[in-house]
Amino acid sequence: MPATDIAIIGWSQTPSVERSALTEVQLCLKANLAAVAAAGIDRHDIGFTCAGSCDYLTGGPFAFVANLDAAGAWPPISESHVEMDGAWALYEAWVRLQHGDIDLALVFGSGKSSPSNPTELYPQQLDPYYLEPLGLDPDSIAALQARALLDSGKATERAFAEVAARSRRSAKSNPNAQLSGDTDADTLLAGGYVRAPLRSHDLPVYSDGAAAIVLATADRARQLVEHPVFIRGIAHRIEVHQPGSRDLTTSPSTTGAARAAGHNGQAIDVAELSAAYTPQELILRESLGLDDKVTVNPSGGPLTANPVMATGLVRIIEAAQRVADGSAHRALAHATNGQGLQHNLVCILEGEQ
Amino acid sequence: MAQPSAIIGFGQTKHAKARADLSMIGLCREAAVRALEDAGLTWQDIDAVVIGKAPDAFEGVMQPELFLADALGAAGKPMLRVHTAGSVGGSTVIVASHLIESGIHERVLAVAWEKQSEGNAQWGLAGGRSGGIGAGGAFAPYIRSYIERTKAPDYIGWQVAVKDRLNALKNPYAHLQLADISIEKVKESPMLWDPLHFLESCPSSDGAAAVVIASEAAAKKAPRPPAWILATAVRSEPSTFPGRDAVRPQGGVDCAHDVYKQAGITNPREQIDVAELYVPFSWYEPMWLEGHDIAGPGEGWQMVDHGDTEITGSFPVNPSGGVLSSNPIGASGMLRLAEAANQVRGQAGAHQVDGAKVSLGQAYGGNAQYFAMAVFSSTLDRVGG
Repeated sequence: MPATDIAIIGWSQTPSVERSALTEVQLCLKANLAAVAAAGIDRHDIGFTCAGSCDYLTGGPFAFVANLDAAGAWPPISESHVEMDGAWALYEAWVRLQHGDIDLALVFGSGKSSPSNPTELYPQQLDPYYLEPLGLDPDSIAALQARALLDSGKATERAFAEVAARSRRSAKSNPNAQLSGDTDADTLLAGGYVRAPLRSHDLPVYSDGAAAIVLATADRARQLVEHPVFIRGIAHRIEVHQPGSRDLTTSPSTTGAARAAGHNGQAIDVAELSAAYTPQELILRESLGLDDKVTVNPSGGPLTANPVMATGLVRIIEAAQRVADGSAHRALAHATNGQGLQHNLVCILEGEQ
Repeated sequence: MAQPSAIIGFGQTKHAKARADLSMIGLCREAAVRALEDAGLTWQDIDAVVIGKAPDAFEGVMQPELFLADALGAAGKPMLRVHTAGSVGGSTVIVASHLIESGIHERVLAVAWEKQSEGNAQWGLAGGRSGGIGAGGAFAPYIRSYIERTKAPDYIGWQVAVKDRLNALKNPYAHLQLADISIEKVKESPMLWDPLHFLESCPSSDGAAAVVIASEAAAKKAPRPPAWILATAVRSEPSTFPGRDAVRPQGGVDCAHDVYKQAGITNPREQIDVAELYVPFSWYEPMWLEGHDIAGPGEGWQMVDHGDTEITGSFPVNPSGGVLSSNPIGASGMLRLAEAANQVRGQAGAHQVDGAKVSLGQAYGGNAQYFAMAVFSSTLDRVGG
């Protein structure tokens, strides 16, 4: 693991909404301008920019190219892009900052889910020869995962509903959430199945939105902001693709990523998890060794705000926010990519010692 | 500070119009296995995998790296998917090199690919909408502008088209093998986008490329000579805006000067022994020679005219046959960097440039707005000493 501490010094997210009137470029511009302003820097001082997005959401190849207009790419900038959640763009920028020749980086993630239908879109994310023709949508894969978890005896449908109810209650204090409100498990369990054993409350919302983070080397961060949030570790791992080749009731890649990020069971105050389906929160809690003392998804999580391709980056923002305001000493943020928790990233955040 | 990194293994597929014998998975694996063999390594030796590809819409697969993870030995490891338009293959090498230079990993596998036969790239380029003009349609106005600016004679493009196809005859992996290519044939081939004839354009190819990038310690254990990565740089600029010079994009100028400075190069024409430049349409050879300040204004086409860019010339460009001979889009940029690396490794086979010690690999993409470049050397020393 490299020795250079990198800090988060500015961030911003647009509100997660079902359908934004803004283009993806406009959403990115709002997030980027606000994050740069929050960090108190001049954009020309940024040494590296990295973006995360997915062309397929808007159905336009090269959709990410237009987002350059929101990155301040004139004069030309040193920039790269991942076809992944913005959390991985943050990972790439964190790697780039380790070189020592630059001290500021801008990261952003964005997605407009409103132009596409998730049920039609996401089967195309599966192996095109054997899986995609089956038309397995994300809800179906999540239902298989949920069923496996129920059969293992590790969870109940009531436990799923309690995750949903708590998330919606938490989202009441999140101005960026798309869904929030007071409810309880009994009320939610009265609803019918969407994909048994999953009910609509077990499924994520899909949002339009963008998020941005400014990273700085430790010295630069201390010059610029009063309370830099330090990335103590960040790592990610992928698993095999075929859901049938995995034990869907566990997430060994999350466990491996957390260990590689330096998490060895130390106390965590807050965890922001990219659990888009309620059973995934239970799986991730176990894979990360989080006990009931850990506050999970105080923002409401992806069940209440899910700007796909920014959802993981938003987790890092929400976790950083709680470290910066002093409500958490140590926070964990998690991002995921693919279906059924195939690819997972873990980031450990702390304030100044 | 950044640690040294080197390319210690390179593998590529036989590129073809349709590799119907292989799935996308098999295509990537063919290149990756060859890169591992060249590096004398096995899958277990690899710490992380970086995958690059042009738009997913070209094959109609969304984030295909997710299903490629198994076959590329990534399970249980970190995997990144890079996408920077046509420059992506170059960017993929650079992202992988950062994983070594940051001290995070010892050996990283980078794979880039495209399987155009399983999709429709022209449809993809147009975003699935009607009225697509193709990449040639987008670049032809810039080419006409270059000709107008420099008063280059029309046969320059034909010469590049012939030279690269003759070079491809020395590269067994190249898609096009046009033994009877001639100036006359290029000139007489159908006009696609004035002034570009059919034979001045790249083919549509299925293909993959892979490289193994290693730390200094790991590179010194490699069975074959490493190509030390002396410099890398990327630049991006918006697609279009009033006043943008699309013939000589500022991003390309800045990117070139960045790698020259890092590598200690003060006179690229003299200090670089061979270059692999992304030339999907013939005229881009002189345009990049000038756009990267290897030649002065109007001197790029004269280098072509004098035969300087031939494999035996004073500044060989694309001895592999280049993009004009093989264009698996996502892999094309990686092929440029990896072929440049192979030259300084002395591993380029029949298209080896004698005595090549320093090379330049370049890829560009989008509306000539994304640039990825690397300088390779047979030694770890900066070029200028």
